[in-house]
Amino acid sequence: MDKFETFTGVVAAIDRPNIDTDAIIPKQYLKSIKRSGFGVNLFDDWRYLDPGAPGDDHSRRRPNPDFVLNQDAFAATSILLARENFGCGSSREHAVWALLDFGIRVVIAPSFADIFYNNSFKNGLLPIALETTQVDRLFAALGASDDYRLTIDLERQCVIDPEGVEATFEVDAFRRHCLLNGLDDIGLTMQYADEIRDFEQAYYARSPWLERAPS
Amino acid sequence: MAGRTLYDKIWDLHQVRRNDDGTSLLYIDRHLVHEVTSAQAFEGLELADRPLWRRDSILAVADHNVPTVGQAQGIADPVSRLQVETLDRNCERFDVTEFRLGDPRNGIVHVVGPEQGATLPGMTVVCGDSHTSTHGAFAALAFGIGTSEVEHVMATQCLIQQKSKNMRVRIEGAVGPGVTAKDIVLHIIGVIGTAGGTGHAIEFAGEAIRNLSMEGRMTVCNMTIEAGARAGLIACDQTTLDYVRGRPYGPREDHWQQAVASWQDLHSDDDAQFDREVEIDAADIAPQVTWGTSPEMVCSVADAVPDPAAEIDTVRATGMRGALEYMGLEAGTAIRDIPLDKVFIGSCTNSRIEDLRAAAKVAEGRRVAGNVKLAMVVPGSGLVKQQAEAEGLDRIFIDAGFEWREPGCSMCLAMNADRLEPGERCASTSNRNFEGRQGQGGRTHLVSPAMAAAAAVHGHFVDVRELD
Repeated sequence: MDKFETFTGVVAAIDRPNIDTDAIIPKQYLKSIKRSGFGVNLFDDWRYLDPGAPGDDHSRRRPNPDFVLNQDAFAATSILLARENFGCGSSREHAVWALLDFGIRVVIAPSFADIFYNNSFKNGLLPIALETTQVDRLFAALGASDDYRLTIDLERQCVIDPEGVEATFEVDAFRRHCLLNGLDDIGLTMQYADEIRDFEQAYYARSPWLERAPS
Repeated sequence: MAGRTLYDKIWDLHQVRRNDDGTSLLYIDRHLVHEVTSAQAFEGLELADRPLWRRDSILAVADHNVPTVGQAQGIADPVSRLQVETLDRNCERFDVTEFRLGDPRNGIVHVVGPEQGATLPGMTVVCGDSHTSTHGAFAALAFGIGTSEVEHVMATQCLIQQKSKNMRVRIEGAVGPGVTAKDIVLHIIGVIGTAGGTGHAIEFAGEAIRNLSMEGRMTVCNMTIEAGARAGLIACDQTTLDYVRGRPYGPREDHWQQAVASWQDLHSDDDAQFDREVEIDAADIAPQVTWGTSPEMVCSVADAVPDPAAEIDTVRATGMRGALEYMGLEAGTAIRDIPLDKVFIGSCTNSRIEDLRAAAKVAEGRRVAGNVKLAMVVPGSGLVKQQAEAEGLDRIFIDAGFEWREPGCSMCLAMNADRLEPGERCASTSNRNFEGRQGQGGRTHLVSPAMAAAAAVHGHFVDVRELD
């Protein structure tokens, strides 16, 4: 995982609450056994006018000109702005892979679904929850500008707008640390392998019926 | 010491260590695996040359991508086939128990786990699937995880977790006739919203919950994720013990008394503190039907499609307008006047034997209406299918004009050939009515099995309480 460094990027808005993971990446693309290549199918049902299937040549499909990410000004979007409960629905990490593969590194919304929120940090995508009034302000500012950009500073935990106005956000210390340093969770947990083994010994002595293995 | 909730107790039993930053390392007892969210995790292990920490904690099935007709002939779609074959290969390579396609023990992962006794009271259960909350019906802490966490559990048997807050939803009193577990949970989601449980573990309690069978409790916990919470739990009682005893992976008889003794504590203490409590009167719950594209867009079958103009919150009103447009519905239309094209009875929410019995009871002696192009019943596992056939339920369905299929996730998420065509409207016993969920452009109304069967035979929604 790459280290998360401060950057300034193009912002695109999707003005909808409850954007679910089926909308972010429809089910037919979950048949892939890889982690990459999902970006072309990000928001597939909204992004294309014709239906798509895995293996299609998506450059031959009909893009929906009204969908924000299809517009030239938003081709380089790296920050997505949305309404509450972003990422609700299934646990598919493919939703996070699709956003990242498209080039989106930050999603700003008033709230996120728990599993999506968790999956984001495992892959270097930063979900930023801001107060609804702050999100309203960003929607309004974005609507009034042709070239709206935000700066994301994870070190200082703030979103900085073109006027230099800062909005601070909360993020769990451990997750922030992992993101800033590009750390792999499994490696961190393996440091405690002896503690896990000690735990298991006491645990199975206390609950011997749990040692029964499926066969 | 202050009283603890059921969630607190299971958490404490599994906490390997507490880190300085407030996270905990949580030990995982059971890891259920399916084909869609595991391939990248197995690959990650191989690339890092990491072994499985505890191979016998894992039970794998293929369910999302499997056909529901002609399973013996294999999978025709090459992309789906590759994914299922990849699971087979990974399970072989890592020596993991898998119930393959065609094995009578194969089926939907959340039906198979409890059926086999692989889900037990007091356990932590995870799976790369958000409906893992189902297993909380057994007083287990069960929640869905992403693929990175699937790999993490495979490699370490643990997860790094931040503890959730405690929430309790009590359904007091008894529900009326014709009101099922599905109606209870849809009603709860209607009350608290799809983000109502975000950041919480929800314990379901109260007389109406205690009165449910294990199948009903699984239906309620299954849709906890649609209420925004990763985990739902119900206290352990005699109903739980009666279900668990004698199952293949449950405690051996010589361990049974010891297991039961340790499970006695799997309930919230009387003086336990919850961060949030919601109380609902069971008498207020009618058979439910969703009218929109989020499970919280739900009402009684006796109601009409609501009017966005009456909604004061502008973001919500916009959401409602978009939903009605997608659903092809007019505000004010009586739910009973909505005609249907297809009916789906199945999914990890409602494909267990009790669900099929409830649907068959309505279907018996009736015929699927002429305007319904397809009414299908997809049992949750091969064993559910066998049981239903032993009881003659398959004949009832077939005689009534339903298709009787082989087990799998099927049209709940339409990763296989079972799907809605654009514009088709479906009464479905599944769990999500999102845009495109059952097929691009498809329109989903979530209902109970009895309501789905009644809709199939009438061609539109009807109130099951008014059937003869």
